[in-house]
Amino acid sequence: MPETRSTAYDSKIEGNVIFTRFDAALNWVRKNSLWPMPMGLACCAIELMAAAASRFDIARFGAEVMRFSPRQCDVMIVAGTVTYKMALAVKRIYEQMPEPKWVIAMGACASTGGMYRSYATLQGVDQLIPVDVYISGCPPRPEALLAGLMKLQEKISGERSFRDQTPGLAEKLEDALA
Amino acid sequence: MTRDELLGSLSKAFGEKLSQRTEFRGETSLTISPADLRELANFCRTDLSFDYLLDITSIDNFGEESRFELIYHLYSMRHCVHLRLKLKVPDEIGPVDTVSDIWPTANWHEREAFDMMGIKFKGHPDLRRILMWDGYPFFPLRKDFPLQGLPSDMPDIAFTKVTPMEGGPFVTLPSTAGSKDREPRARPPEL
Repeated sequence: MPETRSTAYDSKIEGNVIFTRFDAALNWVRKNSLWPMPMGLACCAIELMAAAASRFDIARFGAEVMRFSPRQCDVMIVAGTVTYKMALAVKRIYEQMPEPKWVIAMGACASTGGMYRSYATLQGVDQLIPVDVYISGCPPRPEALLAGLMKLQEKISGERSFRDQTPGLAEKLEDALA
Repeated sequence: MTRDELLGSLSKAFGEKLSQRTEFRGETSLTISPADLRELANFCRTDLSFDYLLDITSIDNFGEESRFELIYHLYSMRHCVHLRLKLKVPDEIGPVDTVSDIWPTANWHEREAFDMMGIKFKGHPDLRRILMWDGYPFFPLRKDFPLQGLPSDMPDIAFTKVTPMEGGPFVTLPSTAGSKDREPRARPPEL
């Protein structure tokens, strides 16, 4: 028989155990390792590359792991003009990303179609997939992309991932802990 | 050979077939008939060594009798001479002879002219659309095609919608003013 004993207080693990809410811990993990899907379609992709390079260093925010397989990505950065010919390919790639997933529309073209008011251009990628953060600029500077990424991190840290799975469970736990 | 020598031997061989000749800034444009295109193109390529087809441009002269116009921009690497061959396309979509066996680059240029204008080419090895997708029902660079597009839908392949034109289109003005004043801005179409 293995020995069982109380772990309410254990001097051996003191200082190594942190109590927190599960949502908070999960969101902290998620927001600091956002792996981007680089959907580079036009000149914004050059600024996206600049943001990844050493001068701006998107790795400071944990988003340096550009994955070229949508199955390993958390956030799709739509950087550039989405033409109608490309539109359904963008949607298909978005659908292949595992949940939870977010979308950043980087630049004027991805947000609204930009200056391309013509037969060939989708007028904003939000007509096709849900967008979390829009970044203005034509193209936006890398700082703007980093600001957008930080906005997305703020949004993620406010998400309540587990409340909806069992209605009322989170409140019950909160009450029990109180 | 100089430009004049090249043009001299061209007009000696095809004198009456070159209906109109215009000079602009040291470059020559010749108007020819579509029936003579292949013969002329072969002669230009082999005898005059116009070995480089820079571009094929298509123009929609909407409202005129022969609506479409094709312009072949030739360049001779050996003699450093430009030459333009212009031809009116007789019918609405009358097939023009392909030159893709003479200059292989014409393959994609002709596909582009077909995609954007609907001009067909006789003898082209693979006349598919090149920019829009197969099955797209319009020819978007024709003058009677609206800038904001027309709706189309091919399930699982592609779709298009009509673009809202508020705050656009962004156009520049023909003028000799500086680039700051000529910058494309939202302007009503009358201007």
